[in-house]
Amino acid sequence: MEDDNAEDMEVEALSSMWPEDIDAAGKKFNVETPGADQDLLEDVTIIEEPTIVDFKRLLELTNYSEKGSSQLSYLVKNWEWKQENAVRLLREELETLSKQQQEVELKKLEILEEHRFEDASYGGDKRPISILDEVYEIVPDVPNPKRRNDVIYQGQRLEIDGEDDTETVKYWKQRALNLETLLQLSINREQILMEKLEESIEKLKKQSSPVEELSQILKRADNFLHFVLQNAPVVIGHQDKELRYRFIYNHFPSLGEQDIIGKTDVEIFKGGGVKESQDFKREVLEKGLPGKREITFETELFGAKTFLIYVEPVFSKAGETIGVNYMGMEITDQVRRREKMAKLREESAVQKARETELNKTIHITEETMRAKQMLATMSHEIRSPLSGVVSMAEILSTTRLDKDQKQLLSVMLSSGDLVLQLINDILDLSKVESGVMKLEATKFRPREVIKHVLQTAAASLKKMLILEGHIIGDVLRIRQILTNLISNAVKFTHEGKVKIDLYIIADPCSEARQKPDIDMDESESQETVVWIRCDVQDTGIGIPETALPSLFKKYMQAGADTARKYGGTGLGLAICKQLVELMGGRLTVSSKEHCGSTFTFILPHKVPHSSESSDETDEFKDMDDNSSTEDDDNCGFFQFKPRTLGSLFSSNGTGRAPELTGHEIGLEKCNPENNITKDAGSDQGRPFHDPCIKKNRPLNPDAPRVNSNGNSGNVVEKCKLLVRPKILLVEDHVVNVMVAKRMMRQLNQDMDVVNNGVEAVRAYQRCDYGLIFMDVCMPVMDGLQATRLIRSYENSGNWDEARLAGVELHDLPSGDQIIKEPRRRIPIIAMTANAMSESAEECFANGMDSFITKPVTLQNLKQCLEQYLP
Amino acid sequence: MCLLGFGAVRLRTDMNRLLSLLFHQGVLDEQFLQLQHLQDQTSPNFVSDVVTIYFHESEKLLRNLRTLLLDKEIWDYVKLGIHLNQLMGSSSSIGAKRVRNICAAFRAAVEQNNRPACMRALEVLEHEYCYLKNKLHELFQMEQQRVLGDAVRYPGVVHQQ
Repeated sequence: MEDDNAEDMEVEALSSMWPEDIDAAGKKFNVETPGADQDLLEDVTIIEEPTIVDFKRLLELTNYSEKGSSQLSYLVKNWEWKQENAVRLLREELETLSKQQQEVELKKLEILEEHRFEDASYGGDKRPISILDEVYEIVPDVPNPKRRNDVIYQGQRLEIDGEDDTETVKYWKQRALNLETLLQLSINREQILMEKLEESIEKLKKQSSPVEELSQILKRADNFLHFVLQNAPVVIGHQDKELRYRFIYNHFPSLGEQDIIGKTDVEIFKGGGVKESQDFKREVLEKGLPGKREITFETELFGAKTFLIYVEPVFSKAGETIGVNYMGMEITDQVRRREKMAKLREESAVQKARETELNKTIHITEETMRAKQMLATMSHEIRSPLSGVVSMAEILSTTRLDKDQKQLLSVMLSSGDLVLQLINDILDLSKVESGVMKLEATKFRPREVIKHVLQTAAASLKKMLILEGHIIGDVLRIRQILTNLISNAVKFTHEGKVKIDLYIIADPCSEARQKPDIDMDESESQETVVWIRCDVQDTGIGIPETALPSLFKKYMQAGADTARKYGGTGLGLAICKQLVELMGGRLTVSSKEHCGSTFTFILPHKVPHSSESSDETDEFKDMDDNSSTEDDDNCGFFQFKPRTLGSLFSSNGTGRAPELTGHEIGLEKCNPENNITKDAGSDQGRPFHDPCIKKNRPLNPDAPRVNSNGNSGNVVEKCKLLVRPKILLVEDHVVNVMVAKRMMRQLNQDMDVVNNGVEAVRAYQRCDYGLIFMDVCMPVMDGLQATRLIRSYENSGNWDEARLAGVELHDLPSGDQIIKEPRRRIPIIAMTANAMSESAEECFANGMDSFITKPVTLQNLKQCLEQYLP
Repeated sequence: MCLLGFGAVRLRTDMNRLLSLLFHQGVLDEQFLQLQHLQDQTSPNFVSDVVTIYFHESEKLLRNLRTLLLDKEIWDYVKLGIHLNQLMGSSSSIGAKRVRNICAAFRAAVEQNNRPACMRALEVLEHEYCYLKNKLHELFQMEQQRVLGDAVRYPGVVHQQ
């Protein structure tokens, strides 16, 4: 019985692992009857090693846990019932057998009785035996057989009755024989019955092992379980209340029994996840509710693996938790895959988001570009007719008008100018923003630019500040920046000073001033790029600190008040900043409210490498100017009073003197009336961009610029004008003459024109020219001959050859000729209609220096002038 | 360039169209543009003045050329050359490219003493000259209308464009 119990226990332990209700547990095996599939499992080797069982615990479990005990009781009941059934059957059988035996016994007795009587009668026994007595004796003992015998007796009696007494012995003998056979039969039957009984008992003995059968079934189930779990990456276990392992099934065991049983997770493993799983188990134990969880282990024993563990509590009969069943499955790959998927999904989502964002941006950019393009186009379209209106109004203002009309017209003009300015600003802004704006590189003088800007801004300037040396930049744009900054400064300063400082700084990082401008010539030779810093400082209303960040934004002004009070579009500073940045510089501002603002911009400029020949005179002039400005090297002051009466004209003439101290220049803040003249001045000032033009022409002859220093400058210029070499054009055709003359005017070059070679020789004799443009084909005398004659004069010093050629020369005083004796070789440039090389060779052979192919272009002329005019 | 009144836009467009046609045909070249550039407020009619003189001079030259060519007795190729040179020079000055090119061909023919070729060249030259004159006349008429419409030029804008 002990063995049986143990077997039972094992089965119990296994089946207790099935999670669901125990009553159905047996059915859940669904094992087929042995025999039919015996072969099926025969080939399968089942390794039972992985199961490690603590049997003591198992006993406890079956004793204490409800599941175990009920399962056990079910099995016991089942067995008892079967047993009982068998017993009942056997009993029944036994009963029938014993009955039969009794009957046989009785019969035997009866027969023996009968025989004894017979013996006595035969043995001479004197005791009278009545047949009736005999009959009477038997009848009360066994009534049934008597009746049966009755029939026989009757028959026999009949026989007896029929025969004599002599025949009675015979009869009895007969009867005895009969009875003997009957007895024999009965004995035989008894024997068979006995045999049957024996057999039955044997059978019973055989049937006494259903437990074995059951255990076999269970063993098969166990085998199947092992078979199924054979390669499954699962761990099955049971842990007691203290979470010590009592049972564990692990197909890939890495630890022996002694390492696991009786130990907790923490004691067995070390590393990430162990604590977590232990805590989870404890949680299940405490809550009494099963749960699932994914735990990633990072242990030395089996590396990084993720397990999905299922833990369910095990209850005692009293309802207390006495441990947990635990099942874990390795899902590392799945988790990895899942994480990868999640990551991919996330990435794709991010990608998608980015894409939409990008598309949006592209869309917006495109829209913006289109809008800007639109704006530029619109502005351009608006500007053209508007400037028509404004210029018409301007012309109208020169006609005779009464006072009211003049007033109206001035308003009209200033409004028109404002709109024009606004449109120009917008146009610039959109050009800068859409990247269309191109910067031109032109040589300019910073001081002059500032001077012109100041002229425009204040319409009155009393000090000329001229900086020697050139730098290269987009003078137009720099002017624009300065105009904006300076006009702002003037606008927002009611009383005080506007100061403009120019410095050269070595490096954009260090703001410190390094050299005054005067030293520029020295630095010029070393560095090709100079950074120029310009401060525009005013003592005006200043800018509140809060408004500083939005100062350079479009359409923004420091405040609504400002906009109302001072007007303006709010575009100026935005444009300035963009322009400065476009040129690679920076624009910054520092300001103190009510004290003034300083706008500072730094710009990189190239310095032209060598001073070109044509600049010589300018530098000479600059030196003149510098001597007059003395040590005023890099700044100019304006000081202006709050609005005073009187027009600019009168103030220029009279009111200025008191303020003129040193380098400070007093200036009246312009009245609105003066705006017109101011604008006119600025328009006239346009050619200032071109330093060449400025040289020979008064800046703005009709503008009210009364300029003491400027006058002296003009005198100098006039002197230079006389010294300046003249040009002679020899050309017979009217059209060509017209075009060439026009071009020369554009280039600011005075030019004499003669129509043929003879006249050319005469003109040459008369006047000292710097350069001759000579047409080759001419009537009377062609260019080639004329050139030859001139060259011969240069060589010999006499006009003999010319006279030989029939040229009538003026009778010149000999003294004059002597003076002209050491004449330098005059450059003669041929102008030919055909560009054939033989013609060019012919020109060179006749002493010409170069030739231009017709048509003569501005570019050609300019080049020649630059090359041949000293 | 010059300013536009509202009504002048169309004229302006037409002018541009005609000009681009002439450029496309090779009748005119860049020199003509340069001529236009030379025109400013101090001489608003510079181009048309120059061209008028050119026509005047050229007609004289063409007449001379014809007389010289038709003179069967004397073949004055020097004179022909001088006239042609003059015509060529002035034509290139105003940018009359095709006339100039024909002149060049003409002169080549003169240098080769090829009288029939010279005759043909003269005819082509006369034809080209007439075409040029008509077209430029058209152009100037439009210009005149436009100027009348505008009545004014506003130099301040020119440089800011």
